[in-house]
Amino acid sequence: MSTTVDTATAMPSRRRRLGTTELVYMALLGVVVIGAVIVAISGGNLLSTANTVEMLSRSSLLGFVALGQTFVILCRSLDLSVGYVMALSSLIGATTMAGDPARIPLGIAAVVLVAGGIGLANGLIIAVLKVNPFITTLGMGLIIKGYLDTRYKGPAGAVPEAFRQFGYTRIGFVPLSAAVMLLAMAAGIAYLRTSRTGYHMYAVGGSEDVARLSGIRTGRVMITAHVLCSIAAGVAGLLIAARFGTGSALVYSSGYELDSIAAVVLGGTFLMGGRGGVAGTLAGVLILAELDTVFNVLQVDPFFKEVLRGVVIIAAVAIYARRQVERRATRARFGGDGDDGGTGPGRAPDRPPDSTAGGADGDQVVAGHGGDR
Amino acid sequence: MTAPRPAHRSSGASRVAGVASALFGGGSATVFALLIVIFAGIFAMNPSFMEPPSLMAFIKNAAPLVVLAIGQYFVIVAGELDLSVGSLVGTQVVIAAALIDGEESRTGPVLLLMLVFGVLVGLVNGLITTVLKVHSLITTLGMMLVLYGANRLWTGGAPTGALSEAFRQPGRGGVEMPVVRLLPWSLLILVAVVIAAVVVMRRPYGRVLIAVGDNEQAAAFSGVRVWQVRTAAFVLSSVMATLAAVLIGGYAGVTAQVGEGLEFAAITAVVLGGVVLGGGRGTVIAAMAGALTVEALFTLFNQLSLPSTIRPAAQGLIIIAAVAYAARERSQPAPPVDDARPEPARS
Amino acid sequence: MTASTPEAAGGGAAVSTHLLRMRGISKSFLGVRVLHGVDLDLRAGEVHALVGENGAGKSTLMKILAGVHQADSGTVELDGAAVAFEHPLQAQQARVSTVFQEFNLLPDRTVAENVFLGREPRTRGMVDARRMNADTAQLLADLGLTWLTPQAPVRSLSVAGQQIVEIVKALSYDARIISMDEPTAALADEEVDLLYRLIARLRERGVAILYVSHRLKEIFDLCDRVTVLKDGALVDTVDTATLRPDELVRMMVGRPISSFFPDKLPGTAPGDVRLRVTGGGNDQLDGIDLEVRAGEITCLAGLQGSGRTEIAHALFGIARFTRGTVQVDGRTVRLRSPRQAVRTGLALVTEDRKAEGLALNQSVAANARLVLDAVDPRRAAARARRIPGLLSSLDLVARGPDQEVRFLSGGNQQKVVLAKWLATEPSVIVLDEPTRGIDVGAKHRVYTLMRELAADGVAILMVSSELPEVIGMADRVIVLRDGRIAGELPGGTTEEAVMALATGQVPGGPMS
Repeated sequence: MSTTVDTATAMPSRRRRLGTTELVYMALLGVVVIGAVIVAISGGNLLSTANTVEMLSRSSLLGFVALGQTFVILCRSLDLSVGYVMALSSLIGATTMAGDPARIPLGIAAVVLVAGGIGLANGLIIAVLKVNPFITTLGMGLIIKGYLDTRYKGPAGAVPEAFRQFGYTRIGFVPLSAAVMLLAMAAGIAYLRTSRTGYHMYAVGGSEDVARLSGIRTGRVMITAHVLCSIAAGVAGLLIAARFGTGSALVYSSGYELDSIAAVVLGGTFLMGGRGGVAGTLAGVLILAELDTVFNVLQVDPFFKEVLRGVVIIAAVAIYARRQVERRATRARFGGDGDDGGTGPGRAPDRPPDSTAGGADGDQVVAGHGGDR
Repeated sequence: MTAPRPAHRSSGASRVAGVASALFGGGSATVFALLIVIFAGIFAMNPSFMEPPSLMAFIKNAAPLVVLAIGQYFVIVAGELDLSVGSLVGTQVVIAAALIDGEESRTGPVLLLMLVFGVLVGLVNGLITTVLKVHSLITTLGMMLVLYGANRLWTGGAPTGALSEAFRQPGRGGVEMPVVRLLPWSLLILVAVVIAAVVVMRRPYGRVLIAVGDNEQAAAFSGVRVWQVRTAAFVLSSVMATLAAVLIGGYAGVTAQVGEGLEFAAITAVVLGGVVLGGGRGTVIAAMAGALTVEALFTLFNQLSLPSTIRPAAQGLIIIAAVAYAARERSQPAPPVDDARPEPARS
Repeated sequence: MTASTPEAAGGGAAVSTHLLRMRGISKSFLGVRVLHGVDLDLRAGEVHALVGENGAGKSTLMKILAGVHQADSGTVELDGAAVAFEHPLQAQQARVSTVFQEFNLLPDRTVAENVFLGREPRTRGMVDARRMNADTAQLLADLGLTWLTPQAPVRSLSVAGQQIVEIVKALSYDARIISMDEPTAALADEEVDLLYRLIARLRERGVAILYVSHRLKEIFDLCDRVTVLKDGALVDTVDTATLRPDELVRMMVGRPISSFFPDKLPGTAPGDVRLRVTGGGNDQLDGIDLEVRAGEITCLAGLQGSGRTEIAHALFGIARFTRGTVQVDGRTVRLRSPRQAVRTGLALVTEDRKAEGLALNQSVAANARLVLDAVDPRRAAARARRIPGLLSSLDLVARGPDQEVRFLSGGNQQKVVLAKWLATEPSVIVLDEPTRGIDVGAKHRVYTLMRELAADGVAILMVSSELPEVIGMADRVIVLRDGRIAGELPGGTTEEAVMALATGQVPGGPMS
């Protein structure tokens, strides 16, 4: 029995596995470099403090939403109600605080409670009633929309000055909101790597049956993911309230649900669950924010921006898909295919069947020639 | 050994049951029940609704969504999604208004151009999804952004031009007739589309399409060109969106908001019809019934004089409830494939 | 559930004590009775085979023991205490583990993450990945499996490697009962040896193993006792030492083994060469020279991974030959897709029925005409008229043409796949493991079908890992090793001769 071969086969795939997140950060670096060059050509400086601050504050809002979206997508779910949860949260936060600094904790608690409750409802409907997540969260979004349209005719509530600092203060060149977002991202990474529920999110997304047979309460994991997702969207809503100074129902038409999904997928998380992580999502968010900043500095027409964003998202995901295909390919046993003019080592196609490694090859079967089909 | 056993027995009763299950089966019984309940509700509120003219008005109003739902059905049953149809409808209406600009003579060429544009959008959606292997949610989301941006970029945010009278006929016009007074063109178009869709699904293409949605690999190994079949589904969806644009443009005219949210309405309608997201299950008739149900729901809200703002909430509740009910039906324990058999194999 | 007594079993472990007693187990699904008053005993340290045709109720019995299904009536006793598992977790906590046929692993997670899935070790409330890897390494070392790394993603392992991870996972629960559902179904022979050694170690530890298999050889090699089920009822439990293989087969099917491989039909004679591969190769295959004649059953034998399925895939345009030529009926063809292969007159019954052969939610009729619909849509309706006749000649048991194939048994599903390909009237048919996982009756029907096709002048290329089937059916056996042809043997050869070529060892020499 050749016992060393299998570890050898395991090594290359581990290297490839690390690759996806690396690739996303390389893409981020590429976007920054290319963007900086283009901006420099048109006489600006992308990396100036003002532009960096703008990029970071742009990223914070989407960052919260995408962080939450990562959890549900890892579980092979998705959340189309986040935009409405944001809008509702901004209103609840602002009206609860009602301009009184003493009521800030109350406002935050109310938002966490309401948003968490919505997440709980989403999770319960998906996990217990077995309704498709797409339909569940679409329906939930409509329900919240109906409530918002009926209850609030315009901006409502007032955010006390102290809380508005959340929207405006900077620590050096890092806006407070972005710092909080980065902390939340770090907490998200830690959560997925060190909590059992985090581990189980990968399992539920990878295969719900396997997870259940391993004794994981899949429903609870799914519900937890949705509660976290909605609370993250609630925090984003609070941030909006802090920026505007008041709650606004109109946020829901800004398309955050689809933007956040795009950021997550751009970050290398598999839309069908079980693979990916928060680190990639952060890169995805930063890529989208940096693109936005570049377009802004270059004063690109806002509608043309939409077009470019659509193209970039598709192109990025197409590149990941290509890597995915390569990853699945089986290892070659014979090199030097005849039809490409001999780029390979060029073994003679008519080699006698029993030349060099006859007996030793037989053992390799154990080690992995079965392939991973 | 094995006693030869007739593999197919067909008595009259089982044949009727077969036809019924072909039409209404596969988890779609819920939608027909719901449709009947809603219609009964509308009728109870307003008995005149069942009079032909108001029924015809209902059809005229519902036709675009039914057409979109049928297009979406082709994509969903093949295991994909098309989020770009809403912005495609909007773009097509804007194109029509800008290019026709009130000139009757341009109607024909512009319609042709719209058709070409629709096919093109479907081809791009399909090829990116099948050849570049991008998940269709992302592909069509990207297409939605591109179309939305391009549309606004072109018009500067406010649509220009005007539709011709001929262009508006299919959406709002009809044939003068006794009883119904006006038989709308949209009803005739709708009937034609539904019949065509049912025929397509009973043809080899339709069966191959469902097989691709059910098990892509088995289909490919059976000689199906999966990429072609799926791409064609996206093209069908875009063409249906183009037709819906003609109907909506005629019925409601040109605004900047035309088409907004229609993709979700269409997906909702299809899923409400018991068609499973992920592919391989459900009938086109049920998808059509789903669209009619969504529209009937809106009519019921009108009858109840529900404030327009609360309607989305009611809609959301009903969708979740209906799909949950259908899911409950489907999750009845099925016998495991390996052990349970309808009859013992040997006697 | 009930109090599990973790320490009670291990200590005494006298072979005679019954670790598990199942009595009068019955179970129905939707009114179809699949188990009827079945009894089963397991002793500590025994390997106990559970056999029966597909549909006999083995899987259901196993799943009741595993807590996946619940019995309608009957009792289960572990160490004398009644238990009723309502969830697989409860079974596992009572140290009853199951290795299912479909791998219950997450390919994107590591070996250690899979082994400890659902009960990751924690330090100060946080998952301790280091401890998890160390514990996994320890488990692997205990079994002499030091070559497996805990940090390797499961995706990178061979089928045998994944099987081992499953067993290690079961062991990590300190299992005293492990049931295995056809653990060798996807393994090559050397891999089976590895499994045998693993099972021997488990037995030494006093673990009871419930072993479900279709392969008679394994049952006699490995098992102490065997329980036979038929049509959901217990036939008997006997010691394998006092049992002959043909007796066991008779208990399973009530039919002697001699009639198993049908004779050639009169008038069957090898005709022209229908399929010829010359110097075929790609990144998995090299120097493949192959002829398949009309009226002849040619068999491709070899170990798992030797290139059998790869040849079938290359012939069918799923993979490609990048070197060499393929001729069908004397014409050189380039097979770049299954579609072209079908048009050329080829058919391929794939190895994995559920993943590659059937659209499970579609009807029998829709599946049976899928190839016609896909490849020849204009004449599909006319050509599909043969299908009802084909299906009934294959003795398909189904409620009717509209029944969805997922409700059929494995054997009947395979008949639908066969009908799908026969409807295309192929001149060459490639059968990749045509009898895998189907019951004995259906197997027999597949064999007689092959004889009928040969008599009709169809050229048949069968890929099989079951040597009795190869010997019993083939007119010629082509043995592959490491992607090349190791040699060719005439029909009626011996299993030893095939194995010698397949492993590259001299006949009579030490086997691996």
